[in-house]
Amino acid sequence: MTNLAVDICGLRMKNPTMLASGVLDETGKSMLVVAKAGAGAIVTKSIGKEPRVGHSGPTIVELPQALLNAMGLPNPGIEAYAAEIAEAKTAEVPIIGSVFGGSEQEIAELAKNMQEAGVEAVELNLSCPHAKGYGAEIGSTPEMVETICRAVKETVTIPVFAKLTPNTSSIVSLAKAAEKGGADAVVAINTLKGMVISPEAKMPVLGNRYGGLSGPAIRPIGVRCVYEIYEAVSIPVIGVGGISTGREAVEYLMAGAKAVQIGTAIWKEGPEVFGKICREIQDFMDEFGYTKLSEMTGVAHHGRT
Amino acid sequence: MRFKEPLIATAGQFVMVWVPGVDEFPMSVSYTGDRCGITYQIIGEGTKALAYKKPGEKIGLRGPYGKGFSIRGKKLLFVGGGVGMAPLAPLVEMAAAKGASVDLVLGAKTRGDLLFESRSAVAGARVHLSTDDGSIGFKGLATELAQIVVGKQSYDCMYACGPEKMLAKLLTIATEKGIPMQASLERIIKCGIGICDSCAIDGKHVCRDGPVFSEGDLRRFTELGKSKLDAAGRKIPI
Repeated sequence: MTNLAVDICGLRMKNPTMLASGVLDETGKSMLVVAKAGAGAIVTKSIGKEPRVGHSGPTIVELPQALLNAMGLPNPGIEAYAAEIAEAKTAEVPIIGSVFGGSEQEIAELAKNMQEAGVEAVELNLSCPHAKGYGAEIGSTPEMVETICRAVKETVTIPVFAKLTPNTSSIVSLAKAAEKGGADAVVAINTLKGMVISPEAKMPVLGNRYGGLSGPAIRPIGVRCVYEIYEAVSIPVIGVGGISTGREAVEYLMAGAKAVQIGTAIWKEGPEVFGKICREIQDFMDEFGYTKLSEMTGVAHHGRT
Repeated sequence: MRFKEPLIATAGQFVMVWVPGVDEFPMSVSYTGDRCGITYQIIGEGTKALAYKKPGEKIGLRGPYGKGFSIRGKKLLFVGGGVGMAPLAPLVEMAAAKGASVDLVLGAKTRGDLLFESRSAVAGARVHLSTDDGSIGFKGLATELAQIVVGKQSYDCMYACGPEKMLAKLLTIATEKGIPMQASLERIIKCGIGICDSCAIDGKHVCRDGPVFSEGDLRRFTELGKSKLDAAGRKIPI
């Protein structure tokens, strides 16, 4: 009998799929819908100290194999969001609170607020590519990543996940820095910074001009990043980027991920994609004789010379 | 405003309208068929900029998105409040063309705000007017007039769009009378494709599951007529 359960830093998940931050997670009820559809854990919208409306539109460009978005970290602020977390917690899957801030002190304080709101782990958004002064702008150097992770670890007792940006010359050094700073796991990758221009309008389409690319097109980059990070750190890696089938989730697991996150797949398939991916992982394991996920973790590294 | 680009949309669906350099916002289609179109009221920077556009100038469009209305039955009641009449107008035309008996309760604050009165009458609808100030037709709310109209004959389905408090009241009326109902809801729509959660109502998404919802969903919505999300995702009263 195959078993999809996984324990990641003490978070017990019935399967390795998590809702990625930023998708259907602004309200407690939507997070409940995603949990009901089969997600093993939920990562919240990235939350800041104050309410924030985000960027002007367009905030999304649909591409054949990808989405480019610049939502601009809209969120109701940590104080109001606590009620949404309380509602999401009734789903009885682990809730991971994503936070963004402009300094290590601000991020640590938000992480503490998240812990008080009852989340089981906190994910640090060190990687949003389209919000001035936040995300990737403060998470692009190993020094900052280490400093922030350390500040958060000194403040909270729950596990700390560092979500890293691929928009750097070496995501591996960011992962090493997160581990050095005490992070309990790393999440890779956030979106890739990109731009789409409308020739007719003679300007970038997104209100923010720049956005983050997600979806099937970026999966090989995500898999490569996870593969490299797995060899460089000993803390768990959570893989994210372009997963919409069980086979694609298995790619990440074999690259070394202990769990995966899914977001953009909801665009084409709705929240039901979680149940579908889990069934497909199960089918794959049955076909190839795996009984638990750990038998697949990192196997793509074997036999390297 | 009508579009030259072909766009196959059904009544109740919406498009995301991009005014380059200003903003992008959702608009229900008010004309379907060969020359799809929208009808807008100037409420913010985006619609203001749209109003300055001249014929032949370019704007961006994506869509159509969402689920529209579907015609159910032969005796149909429509209730349009203010600019809420825009998505109903093409449906009134289609229903009348199909030979349905169409009653339209059309309400607005004042006479000058009534939308598509003659368009609906030309299509063959019996139009019942209401204005808050009594400048024409019934003096009072569209819901009060609708209550009178549903007392006179039976209907197979009620179609509504307008202020959400009006929709909530109409839902009560439809439920009392046992009339199926379809209503188009409005929320802040940012992505339009069911991922960003800005248009959430009780775990459903206006951009993808709606904007048109049937009575089953409408009755289940605890937020209907009571609260909605602002642009930052805060719950605010309606």
